[in-house]
Amino acid sequence: MNSLHVRLQLQRKSGFQLELDSCIPGTGFSAVYGPSGCGKTSLLYCLAGLIRAGSDSEIRFGEQIWQRGDQFLPTHRRRVGLVFQDARLFPHLSVDGNLAYAEKRRHPATGPSRDQVCEWLQLQNLQGRRSSELSRGQQQRVAIARALLGAPDILLMDEPLANIDLASRSQILGHLERLQRESQLPIVYVSHDMEEIARLADWLLVMQEGRIIAEGPMLDLCSHLQLALAHEEQAAAIVTASVVKQDREYGLTELSLEGQSVTVTTVDAAPGTRMRLRIPARDISLCLNRPEQTSILNVLSARIVEIEATGSSKLLVRLQLGEQYLLARLTRKSIAALRLTPGQQVFAQIKTVALLSHVQS
Amino acid sequence: MVDINVIWLTIKLAGVTTGWLLLLGTPLAWWLARGQSRVRTAIEALVALPLILPPTVLGFYLLIAFAPQSALGELWQQLTGSRLAFTFNALVIGSVIYSLPFVVQPLRAAFWQLPESLLEAAAVLGASPLDCWVSVVVPNCRHSFLTAASLGFAHTVGEFGVVLMIGGNIPGETQVLSIALYDRVEALHFNEAHSMAGGLMLFSFIMLYLLYRHGHQQSWRIQS
Repeated sequence: MNSLHVRLQLQRKSGFQLELDSCIPGTGFSAVYGPSGCGKTSLLYCLAGLIRAGSDSEIRFGEQIWQRGDQFLPTHRRRVGLVFQDARLFPHLSVDGNLAYAEKRRHPATGPSRDQVCEWLQLQNLQGRRSSELSRGQQQRVAIARALLGAPDILLMDEPLANIDLASRSQILGHLERLQRESQLPIVYVSHDMEEIARLADWLLVMQEGRIIAEGPMLDLCSHLQLALAHEEQAAAIVTASVVKQDREYGLTELSLEGQSVTVTTVDAAPGTRMRLRIPARDISLCLNRPEQTSILNVLSARIVEIEATGSSKLLVRLQLGEQYLLARLTRKSIAALRLTPGQQVFAQIKTVALLSHVQS
Repeated sequence: MVDINVIWLTIKLAGVTTGWLLLLGTPLAWWLARGQSRVRTAIEALVALPLILPPTVLGFYLLIAFAPQSALGELWQQLTGSRLAFTFNALVIGSVIYSLPFVVQPLRAAFWQLPESLLEAAAVLGASPLDCWVSVVVPNCRHSFLTAASLGFAHTVGEFGVVLMIGGNIPGETQVLSIALYDRVEALHFNEAHSMAGGLMLFSFIMLYLLYRHGHQQSWRIQS
């Protein structure tokens, strides 16, 4: 697999400094997460060759050297696709013209066909239109299709959903999910929206002030207590579970999470399908004994691995089930009352489970 | 009756001049719009000089530069075997310099307004810099190219002072319409002068009218 080795040193005139050394997997969906101004976009532009990083930098994609010492492969020869925040469709060309532009310049000539890409992104009805007639969401879909038709070796996306209304956003996320399943194209996706990342990412890089502060598999990282991710109001654990059976009578689906049963409202999927679930930290409560006679359907046995050691009134508890982790946000008072300590076996009552996506495994 | 040779010579001069103007003015305008060099502003001012100088000033310096004893005149003599002063080629050189701002300014404005982001998008899709130029810059600036070419052509047709200084009013070689008109007026041939002046006016009006109409259609299409 062609992983992307990046060692960057970039000093901008504004005083901003980017300094990082990392290896991004050449497969699946890697997300770069961080607040605005942390250097995410600069990182992406350096990868695409639109910004030339300092001479100590090195960028390698598999065997290809994109930058090393004086060597610098210009953008048009890197075979990257880049979807910008603004769609950047060519105003002098129609939607079809924009797609043909990319297809004509692809190298080698193999890659997805125009029909296939239009079907993935549901552009069939837009093809004859002028790009200025499209809504932002539609323009961005065309831009993604255009990038794919260039048959890149790797697709870079710079907050592609930032300027788009919620409805189109969720629609495009769905398209991206499908795209990733069907095209096997490695994607590096920059965003400051954890929802988007939670739904799609396999690998996560967390950036802050021009540096990478954490990187690793998405599912591990988002439950790390040391990371800011766990401290946001929306903090949640992401876990994967597989479909066991459908309960038609009550309109529910039973999933298995590390051998334990989790019930969600009906999902249309065959038994064995892997699903990604998002469990918000504030929706978990802990009991020392298995609760009887409770209205809550999902009760999981888990072991406390870590309790956050801060003095605030609400604390985070990290729980382990098999190889996956949950986060629970509890008051300091409850933790003291139950005498919770690391290593202890407890029962987690889960109020809500959000289904994020179908995952290929 | 207006001499057909005069009209043909005028069109030939304007056509050849426009060709050279586009050839030289395009890279110059690109450099002025996008370059980083410090001398850029000085060059920009130099290019704009013919807009405000009396044509006779330019013509006077060119006359001196084209003289057989001058460096340029001598070089030309060695390269081509013929003299430069009072020839059609001298008129072309003078016209190119005189009409340069009319070609460079619209192009410079268009290149300056063209978003860098479109060029980046093209590069990411695998377009080389030359390909970018042909497939993105030219089509997006086509109205400005048309404006530049038309203004360059029309301004060359209408030039008088420079041609008078360096041309020498030789029929078939340097006697263009505006000079011929002056000639007829001096000789009190008012009928011929009328048809020349009227023809020039009509030509200029139609050219500008077509240009503006095309411009309005363009902006209409971009809005809709």
